[in-house]
Amino acid sequence: MSAGLDWGEVQRQLFDFTDYGELLVLVRGSILAGALLALVGGLVGVFVMQRDLAFAVHGVSELSFAGAAAALLVGIDVAVGSVGGSLVAAVLIGLLGQRARDRSSIIGVLMPFGLGLGVLFLALYPGRAANKFGLLTGQIVAVDTARVTTMTLLTLVVVGGLVAVWRPLTFASVDPEVAAARGVPVRALSLVFMVLLGIAVAMAVQIVGALLVLSLLITPAAAAVRLTASPVWVPVLSVVFAEVAAVGGILLALGSFPVAVVGENPVPISPYITTISFVIYLVARQVGAHQARHGRGLARAA
Amino acid sequence: MTRPVIELRGTALAFGDRTVWSGLDLTVAAGEFVTVLGPNGSGKTTLLKVLLGIQPLQAGTVRVLGHPPRRGSRALGYVPQQRIVDPATPIRARDLVRLGLDGHRWGPGGPAPRARVDALLAAVGASAYADTPVGLLSGGEQQRVRIAQALASDPAILLCDEPLLSLDLRRQDEVTALIAATCQNTGTAVLFVTHEINPVLPYTDRVAYLGPAGHAVGPADEVLTSAHLTRLYGSPIDVIEAQGRLVIVGDDAHAHHATEDDYEPAGPHPARKPLPRTRRVTRR
Repeated sequence: MSAGLDWGEVQRQLFDFTDYGELLVLVRGSILAGALLALVGGLVGVFVMQRDLAFAVHGVSELSFAGAAAALLVGIDVAVGSVGGSLVAAVLIGLLGQRARDRSSIIGVLMPFGLGLGVLFLALYPGRAANKFGLLTGQIVAVDTARVTTMTLLTLVVVGGLVAVWRPLTFASVDPEVAAARGVPVRALSLVFMVLLGIAVAMAVQIVGALLVLSLLITPAAAAVRLTASPVWVPVLSVVFAEVAAVGGILLALGSFPVAVVGENPVPISPYITTISFVIYLVARQVGAHQARHGRGLARAA
Repeated sequence: MTRPVIELRGTALAFGDRTVWSGLDLTVAAGEFVTVLGPNGSGKTTLLKVLLGIQPLQAGTVRVLGHPPRRGSRALGYVPQQRIVDPATPIRARDLVRLGLDGHRWGPGGPAPRARVDALLAAVGASAYADTPVGLLSGGEQQRVRIAQALASDPAILLCDEPLLSLDLRRQDEVTALIAATCQNTGTAVLFVTHEINPVLPYTDRVAYLGPAGHAVGPADEVLTSAHLTRLYGSPIDVIEAQGRLVIVGDDAHAHHATEDDYEPAGPHPARKPLPRTRRVTRR
């Protein structure tokens, strides 16, 4: 590449799918982790939308980042740190922020504190810079078998928990007064959901990074509710969108920067995931607006 | 006489050191339509919460179908004070009704009992918008869906908290007629908390008036008199009949938006002159 852009070279760098099969084997763990995270994110996102908790997700992810950074500093498993930070934040927000307005201010108070702690821990950490940066923007390449096992266990906990409380949690989220009158433990369910949310956020922090958690926990569900209000199709579409963004993002990144991805200085895959997620949302908005113009309801099929 | 569905004996309710009511007796028979009136802070909503088993009393006994109130009882249908459902909330009218059927059960639930949900929606005339998200419905449409939801468990008692709030006069009449017809057809007793006297008067069997200085239970023409209400308020109140409608002058209860919490201390309200037909501004 001498003077000017050598388009052939650029194209080869962006779309080099030679040796793709070998690469796939190398990053099998990452793809699996991405798929698990997308399943969890797509399902949790449905309730994040129903309960208007987008800001809480962001707040929890900052404390999860602080926990992970602390773990990195003291030399324990980063997963333990990020789950720990997440749960502390989720329970605090769940206990102190029952009302929406309280919740927003509590999150606003917690978030910079968590981020500040995380920055401090990272500054004290003497190790590789890539590890530090990964907590904020994702480190999906470095997924080994042990991480996949952890991710699988956490996925089972969150999905199992959500399935168990699905109906009463829906009731408590969209219609809390009648739900309480019907004997649904509204407060307890709120806490249970915050704990599940905390675990989901901690999973996401390890894969896409603290700053980009929202792209898999909110964007897919936000896109889904643009298209349908059906209790069956919202979670299905949300999970499909999340899977397309996560797995599609990893696959696309592999073809684009094969050397960079598996080499010494990995290019984060997160931008691919967040961009696909965002594009899906834009398309869903357009389609949703089109539907709205041609009839009052959203999707009418059940 | 049939066994009463609701029995309150010598009940007292207080928040902190403020007594909301004491010595309240109320017996409601099956199929009876009881209108609960009173200014803000007189404990109307709380009365419903007592029956739902959510709010404990300081004194007295309560029996619902012969038993102490129990949270989650299917014998009670509840239409809460209207709250705005965000248009983006992904819940359709039929989903809300379905939650009234089995929303309290654990697990994801199987396929919706479609025929039952359709029947409930048809009974309140809401079939046309069964698949529309609740947040996109008008106030009156939402209220019909809420009534269908409350009726899902075939309740013996229907508790309605300000179901006419933010509805225009025509919708007020429609919703009231719907509730009254349900009450007659199914033998469901109705406790109807409202600030709007006139739409409900034709259907009201008895009025329970909770005032700052006392309470009264009885037929509307006995309770809603100037002398009676003056005693219940401890200040001069006039009940005027104008063009076939009752107007209560001297308190702000019937000219007021009941948007404040019902728990508010019932301080002395500034006297206001309500218009004969109080127009409500739609809450947005």
